[in-house]
Amino acid sequence: MTEAVLTVTSLTGVEMALPIAGPGMRSYAFLVDWQIRLLGALTWLLIAVLLRLLPAIAGGPLAHELLLGGTVLALLTYFLYQPVLEMVTRGYTPGLRTAGARIVTLEGTTPGIGALLIRNVFRLIDALPLFYVVGLVSCMLTERHVRLGDLVAGTVMVQVAPQASGELDRLAAQARRDTLPLEAMELVHDLLTRWTSLAPQQRASLARSVLAKLEPGFNGADTALAEPALHRRLEALLERGR
Amino acid sequence: MSAADDEQAAVWVRAHASQWQSLAAQADAAARRAQPTVDEALRTLRTYRVLARHLATVRSLLPGGVLAAVLERTCTGLHTAVNRPPPLTRARWARLFRDDIPAAAAAVQPIALWLAALLAASACAGWWLINTYPELVSLIASPQMIDGVEHGHLWTYQILHLGPPAMLSARIFSNNVVVTFGAFCFGTLFGLGAFYMIAINGLMLGGLLAFTHQHGLALGLLKFILAHGPVELSVMCLAAAAGTALGEAVIRPAAETRSAALRRRAEQLGPLLIACALLLLGSGLIEGFISPHPQVSIPVRLALGLGYWTLMLLWLSGRLVPRRSNAARDRSETAIPQCRTRID
Repeated sequence: MTEAVLTVTSLTGVEMALPIAGPGMRSYAFLVDWQIRLLGALTWLLIAVLLRLLPAIAGGPLAHELLLGGTVLALLTYFLYQPVLEMVTRGYTPGLRTAGARIVTLEGTTPGIGALLIRNVFRLIDALPLFYVVGLVSCMLTERHVRLGDLVAGTVMVQVAPQASGELDRLAAQARRDTLPLEAMELVHDLLTRWTSLAPQQRASLARSVLAKLEPGFNGADTALAEPALHRRLEALLERGR
Repeated sequence: MSAADDEQAAVWVRAHASQWQSLAAQADAAARRAQPTVDEALRTLRTYRVLARHLATVRSLLPGGVLAAVLERTCTGLHTAVNRPPPLTRARWARLFRDDIPAAAAAVQPIALWLAALLAASACAGWWLINTYPELVSLIASPQMIDGVEHGHLWTYQILHLGPPAMLSARIFSNNVVVTFGAFCFGTLFGLGAFYMIAINGLMLGGLLAFTHQHGLALGLLKFILAHGPVELSVMCLAAAAGTALGEAVIRPAAETRSAALRRRAEQLGPLLIACALLLLGSGLIEGFISPHPQVSIPVRLALGLGYWTLMLLWLSGRLVPRRSNAARDRSETAIPQCRTRID
């Protein structure tokens, strides 16, 4: 299955692709946010209950008001957490950051307050009948994996690459050293980037075959070298001169 | 690709590698910066343009490679940073309240009037229904409410016992916001959801008035809703009208696609939701602090209700603060103050 992407055009007319977050990533971000706001709401209630136990307040007229106040604050925290955070941070919440996603417009830009407000107001429909069933079904069925609020507001949740500039810096530094042919450098860099996502046997076998081609005297059939050692040799290959 | 091409690509990449290192640092800083100076913003724009150009070159020299992917990811990060809406300044807020909200209200005015007529018609229908079949009141009122009215007590004055006025206002406000925003959202169902919500609320209002009238308490109920009712009902009609306009965009998208028409209409009508929430906050405070108090006389309630309603009409019609022409607005918003170093 190909990954859904949002294609945007840069100022210079070059097209760029932003990978769209699927229902899994969206649900993960939602669950993290839900836990945070639930915890926040419960904290207010706990504070109100504990204050009621103070001798000066217990049994007095303030006790009832404290509980009501705590309930109102808990409800405000629970219901305003997402709209307020999204508007203040322009498309990020702690849940989205944890999941590695953010909200952008269909042009790949940071959404405005109006769009963020509308996508949050439409939670009234997306949350129906319960547990966001409408929103989840909409995410699964739509091409860009969006819920109804996103459809109306013209927003999309995309995956973010927070380390992209750092990666470019490293790659450029390696290119400057003139150590390897470009394609070989790209190959080694790619293998090292995907190292943790590959199965141990698979990455060891790939590392051996790459090292056998690029490092004179390396025996590709030698299985004595352990994975960490192979990883170190690949890194060293990028660092040292030809 | 031939060996000569490979060599040419390698020469080009290595010639630009040091530039990318400095551009990567700038891209990183640009993404973190919340309020750049003019110089910083211009530098970010230059970085973005250079990286996008280099991305195009790398794609042709090393198609499908890691370098192209990394450059693309850096560019997309910068794309989002560069195309960030300006922060909400006082001028932007002023424009929202002075121009955008009245413009959105004007766009839905005819539909809002039709919905107000629907509310009145369904209230009449509710009155007739409960007058003709009094036993049907159990469909629109709880057993406690019915019991209280049958014993000569209106439930409206008992809500004071539910808690302090501030808490009461908060509960009323949140309930009204859910109903009003619900009317807006459900309007996207071809306008039918908004029609339903207006009709059902009108039916309940008329039915309850008829029921209290049968027990000689209609004046008491009218007295209760006099101060907050006009604005509350008007706001509901406005939000439902905005929802119906969304539904209309889905039914009749004109030259655009349905989703594009829906997005454009939602963007246009979004400011109206802010107005609705603020107006409901005011009527929630009146309903919590003033309406339940039997000591507040009818003339005071009437003056408050009509005064608040007139204020709302003046604001939404753009007469409270005169709206600015588009040309004047564009001139003031595109002018860059020479003496300031921050972009705001």
